[in-house]
Amino acid sequence: MSVIEAKKLTKHYGQVKALNGLDLEVRPGEVLGFIGPNGAGKSTTIRILLGLLRKTSGEVRLFGKDPWRDAVELHRRISYVPGDVNLWPTLTGGEAIDLLGRLRGDMDRKLRDRLLERFNLDPTKKCRTYSKGNRQKVALVSAFASRSELFILDEPTSGLDPLMEAVFQECVAEVRKQGRTVLLSSHILAEVEKLCDRVAIIRDGRIVESGSLDQLRHLTRTFIAVETAQTISGLERLPGVHNLQLNGNKAQFQIDSSEMGNVLQFLAAFHIQSLTSTPPTLEELFMRHYGDAGQTSGARGER
Amino acid sequence: MKRQQTLAGTGTLLLFMLRRDRITVPVWMLSIILLVLATLASFESLYPTEEARQDMAATMLNPAAIALTGPGFYLEDYTIGAMISHQMIGMTGIATGLMSIILVIRHTRKEEETGRVELVRASVTGRHAHTTAALLLVLGVNVVLALLLALGMGGMGIDSVTWEGSFLFAASLASVGIVFASIAIVLAQLTEHARGATGLGVGILVAAYGLRAAGDIGNGSLSWLSPIGWAQQTSAYVDNMWSPLLLSAGLSVLLVAIAYPLSSRRDVGAGMVRPRRGRSEASKALTSPIGLAFRLQRTNLLVWSFAMLLIGMSYGSFIGEAENMMDAMDDALNNMLPETGNALFADSIAGMFMTVTAIIASIPALQTVLRLRTEEKEGRIDMLLSGAVSRTRLLGSYFILAFIYCVALMFMAGLGMGIAGSQSMNDSGYLPDLIIAGLNFVPALWVGIGLAAALIGWFPRAAASSWLITIYSFIAVYLGGILQLPEWMMRLSPFHFVPRLPADAFEWPPLLGLTAVALLLAIAGWSGFRQRDLNG
Repeated sequence: MSVIEAKKLTKHYGQVKALNGLDLEVRPGEVLGFIGPNGAGKSTTIRILLGLLRKTSGEVRLFGKDPWRDAVELHRRISYVPGDVNLWPTLTGGEAIDLLGRLRGDMDRKLRDRLLERFNLDPTKKCRTYSKGNRQKVALVSAFASRSELFILDEPTSGLDPLMEAVFQECVAEVRKQGRTVLLSSHILAEVEKLCDRVAIIRDGRIVESGSLDQLRHLTRTFIAVETAQTISGLERLPGVHNLQLNGNKAQFQIDSSEMGNVLQFLAAFHIQSLTSTPPTLEELFMRHYGDAGQTSGARGER
Repeated sequence: MKRQQTLAGTGTLLLFMLRRDRITVPVWMLSIILLVLATLASFESLYPTEEARQDMAATMLNPAAIALTGPGFYLEDYTIGAMISHQMIGMTGIATGLMSIILVIRHTRKEEETGRVELVRASVTGRHAHTTAALLLVLGVNVVLALLLALGMGGMGIDSVTWEGSFLFAASLASVGIVFASIAIVLAQLTEHARGATGLGVGILVAAYGLRAAGDIGNGSLSWLSPIGWAQQTSAYVDNMWSPLLLSAGLSVLLVAIAYPLSSRRDVGAGMVRPRRGRSEASKALTSPIGLAFRLQRTNLLVWSFAMLLIGMSYGSFIGEAENMMDAMDDALNNMLPETGNALFADSIAGMFMTVTAIIASIPALQTVLRLRTEEKEGRIDMLLSGAVSRTRLLGSYFILAFIYCVALMFMAGLGMGIAGSQSMNDSGYLPDLIIAGLNFVPALWVGIGLAAALIGWFPRAAASSWLITIYSFIAVYLGGILQLPEWMMRLSPFHFVPRLPADAFEWPPLLGLTAVALLLAIAGWSGFRQRDLNG
């Protein structure tokens, strides 16, 4: 059974369509990267999953239950970290962590103290004195100290410095090792590439691409720079070769990942002396969906 | 930095502030001006003859009325002019004071708290530009308000409302506004949060009113410690003395002179008073939404409960004075109030005081439940509801807290009035009577909470309009008699239905009726809150 399952999910705010038939699946024990630029509908989706917003139509299930109707029951199994953590200015960080933990149910005290140390957070300070990054840490400590089965993280590293980002990545790796499930919404592609088993790309309130990184890479091109002993000829006639720059025995080109084998065989005949290949990055994948349009129009789901 | 540089950008900021306040400021000004002019017009039509006015003066000649309005010397020759000065300088002074505090804090501490000052200060803007621009703005607002008001009042062509008196009346109001703007600018240096600064400012404003009330009842010396007292000592339309306003001007200059060095000595965003460290772990009490709701408002709850005790006590002590006053009153007045024997007169005064106290109590009561809306707007209930907390439980926490709080508030008010009342009347029977009289108003307060809950459930963006219930009830009680409002208008206030103990007899039906209305509204709010989207 999927941990999260959404089918043809829509959410309209008056005339504005924030979600437009979104299909999403998160399987047990996986880390799913949920990527897209601001306004694509990531936060709207997450707020529906948490029962904070009411869907307009479609199907959505968490652990097989309705996130609106069974919110309380479900939330005992879920930890949520928003991208913009708002805390109670008069409470200390430690109090906020404990409060959130208790409202969820259970919290591992030892883990909490260890996480405070790892994230280098002073829990005796009032929340109003915290910077954005420190507020983020409060939510992260509270989430990772829980015994939740599902982590819903909405751009959780915004405001964290690179050192703390590394700590965050360790934390995600740990919960994943324990077989827990993570939905990680992000627009930092390097982070997603490092952490996620699968990714789903959202655009205009709809998933435009999803699958494992390997699967998606098959849809993309690898960059090859090659130098051979003999002058290369005929490369341009091979299927799957793009943007070829040929200069005697040196060539640079992009290649469809599915045609890799044929092209390498072809090149071998010219006696390869050196070859570098750069695998496609998520960035390229992402740019393919967004590059031309730049920013999306219409959907403005972010709060 | 040279002086000139510390003020760089002041003009630009001032224009920007005017742009931001283009609605707020005219609304404040018009409301104050129209309130005064409407009252003036109604006085003229209600008390056309010398005799009617002197009768009015006779009824005002008791400590309670003097405490609520102004010093007794206005009563000697109660012309229309004396009447408006006596009754309106204090009340309208509170309004201008409040306006000035809110405007100053909004443009200084609030800007700093939200970090916008940092952006502005990083550009070519002097260190004192914000402070100076905010002070100039409020100074200007008060001066313009005073000029328009003076022209309006003088232009009405009422005999005793002379031009000089009108300018003095208006200048007195402006003096209160300017003094409290200077107080606010000092407070803005001390606290790190706009809320704290505004709260302290309003506290000082209330204290200033209390001080002059105490002074006016006593030998008058305490009134000279209060900026509102100075405004009233001008004796506008009677003796027209401008000198008390020198005190206001002096105090304002002094406060501003204190504020500037303070502002140079501290960092941007910080207050002079540093926030303390807290506990690293949450206490047992902080485990539930209601525990959190209480914790967030703890200070407010305690301060208001204590304030209700004090308000009750100060009113209570007038009950005995009213009694003494009645003994000394002449037959003419006794004829005016044919049904009231002495004891009954004290009772009906007590009932009136309790009504006003209950309306004051509706302020903290509404604050408590509206806090939920603030939490929602600030995005903090997302965090709660993503834990294992249902919406019903969250909303219920705020309801229950507010419902219980109403009982506590009115108990404290009744207790205070009862202690002071029974002493001043030498009758210990007043203590239980007045506690019951206070608790009697609890269902009316619940209606206000119910209304706020209904708005939070169905029209969250309009939730703040629940304040209308407080404002309207106050107008109905305070001005209803003076303006002789019709019965149906009085009935729009829930407080109107409550029998005024101890003068009236205790009755169950109105209390049960109000409770039922409150519950229905609360249930309506709950059903709306359960099924709507949460928004920021």
